[in-house]
Amino acid sequence: MGQTLAQKVYESHVVRRTAGEPDLLYIDLHLVHEVTSPQAFDGLRAAGRRVRRPDLTMATEDHNVPTLDILSPIADPVSRAQVEALRRNAAEFGIRLAPMGDRDQGIVHVIGPQLGLTQPGMTIVCGDSHTSTHGAFGALAFGIGTSEVEHVLATQTLPQYPAKQMSVTVDGELPPGVSAKDVILAVIAEIGTGGGQGHVIEYRGTAIEGLSMEARMTICNMSIEAGARAGLIAPDQTTFDFLQGRPHAPQGADWDAAVAHWSTLHTDPDAVFDREVHIDAASLTPYVTWGTNPGQGLPIGASVPDPAQITDENERQAAESALAYMGLTAGTPLREIAVDTVFLGSCTNGRIEDLRVAAALLAGKHVDASTRMLVVPGSVAVKQQAEAEGLDRVFIDAGAEWRGAGCSMCLGMNPDQLKPGERSASTSNRNFQGRQGKGGRTHLVSPAVAAATALTGKLTAPADLEMAGV
Amino acid sequence: MDAFTIHTGTAAPLRRSNVDTDQIIPAEYLKRITRTGFEDGLFVAWRTNEPDFVLNQPQYAGASILVAGPDFGTGSSREHANWALLDGGFRVVISPRFADIFRNNSTKAGLLTVVLPDADVEALWAAVEADPALPVTVDLQAEQVTYGDVTVPFQIDPYTRWRLLEGLDDVGLTERHLDDISAFEAQRPAWLPRSLPA
Ligand code: SF4
Repeated sequence: MGQTLAQKVYESHVVRRTAGEPDLLYIDLHLVHEVTSPQAFDGLRAAGRRVRRPDLTMATEDHNVPTLDILSPIADPVSRAQVEALRRNAAEFGIRLAPMGDRDQGIVHVIGPQLGLTQPGMTIVCGDSHTSTHGAFGALAFGIGTSEVEHVLATQTLPQYPAKQMSVTVDGELPPGVSAKDVILAVIAEIGTGGGQGHVIEYRGTAIEGLSMEARMTICNMSIEAGARAGLIAPDQTTFDFLQGRPHAPQGADWDAAVAHWSTLHTDPDAVFDREVHIDAASLTPYVTWGTNPGQGLPIGASVPDPAQITDENERQAAESALAYMGLTAGTPLREIAVDTVFLGSCTNGRIEDLRVAAALLAGKHVDASTRMLVVPGSVAVKQQAEAEGLDRVFIDAGAEWRGAGCSMCLGMNPDQLKPGERSASTSNRNFQGRQGKGGRTHLVSPAVAAATALTGKLTAPADLEMAGV
Repeated sequence: MDAFTIHTGTAAPLRRSNVDTDQIIPAEYLKRITRTGFEDGLFVAWRTNEPDFVLNQPQYAGASILVAGPDFGTGSSREHANWALLDGGFRVVISPRFADIFRNNSTKAGLLTVVLPDADVEALWAAVEADPALPVTVDLQAEQVTYGDVTVPFQIDPYTRWRLLEGLDDVGLTERHLDDISAFEAQRPAWLPRSLPA
């Protein structure tokens, strides 16, 4: 029987396999950030252990970093202490760190691909659930907890069991104004937040093949929101073109050897998936979430659902409490929901393409008076690229705030937070209660919907703008 | 990690599905660099805003077994969620379905996660709501949950069970295989990336 892409990558990294024990899996790249690592380094120190492969480890500061005034020390003493702990640990254990102010600094899942450290066929881990982002390159990439971070630091391996295999096939052509974010929100709405549990998802089909690397990253990023630890896409010419010439990409003869290997990384025709999901790209429209988990999403033309109509008891209760938290009434058209804040950024949608899409819609127009818009590039390099293209001027002229790079309002560990009761349209990945600030209410949207929403002050698809006279 | 063999305590019925790790402990508590002392962040939004939240009810104050709806622990990989539950006095979480990373983290932190079918969770909810002082026993050796005259079996993979019963930490176990790791490293292609500045 043939193998899936994920199985090929997994099998080629098994260091040791013994009946009755998990496999020991080799890790090619370990990304580290300040939040989930301090206790792991403490563990190493307590046991007198070293980092086995500092050369396969890379750290950055992202979750706590302020997006204003980034060259001053962090004002919040607790955040500052955490960032300083990472700096100490990186120095002590000989790990490369991209600190605030460095040109390589940014959200951990943005900088890996940008530097060319993320390559097809690799195993990549990080103490962060959105490590699945790197699967866009055909890597097996997944999030781990702090104990596992310590394990990888010490041994460069992880005990693992093979995952079940799921395919999500998206065929056809995406309608104008419909993006990768809408695809993944539709997938999660379809299979639910537990639908991918225990599985690796491979995204395939003509619509996926037609996507840019950045769009592929958006899709793989949210695999975890469907319950899957990893999601991946077979590497192809788009992947190779993205990587060629990046700082850590192979060069010369190495490049040829790498491409020859990468070209073998696809699912065999006779491989079997444990579960298969099919989606017709042409049927998709912009999606927005109405509830407090990412599976609670609908096409923007729909209305807030009525929990009484939901038959599953758990789902019904979840919908009821979501509506209460979100301050929404069943039957309200989603397009009538007014937002206070639009957040464009995060490891889901904080890359250059996302900024370009939003800027194209905002050019020459102005953010609605009732709304503020925060634009937070995913990395310093994205910020510099956007400024070189003049996108910063477009945002600023439209009345949006142009900020420094980091996670920012995706989770509000820095000062960028919603106030209680405030409502956002956000290009991030989680609409959990309080995620963007205590009492804050989040609607997940694509960059295009975010920009259109900023212009009208209500959840808006780009196609609606003309009718709205904006 | 403390070994886990058998635990008897009272149980708190958390009748919610999709309890994500942002609810178990919000991001602001993740700024700390210690490994203990997270009990103040445990379910803090619900404890603060919902007077009748189950953990605000005095009859469940001493509970050490949390019984939750499906998809418990979704979202972020923060092991702080597992630490907060342990710091808050819980040794066991029971749910029809756990998020993978949460479950994985639990086995490292010494928190036992037990998967029971929806109907068994429903029955357990009813039992502990009828009698909050009802002792519930979770026996990892025998792989069963017992309360009143009810016994429900559960399954756990044998290796994880062994590690929990012995209280063994993974790094030490893996270090027995350093030769295998070195042999693997010797045959990795030279073009694979290194993180040192390019
Ligand atoms: S941008 Fe958001 S989801 Fe991504 S790593 Fe940062 S906090 Fe996590």
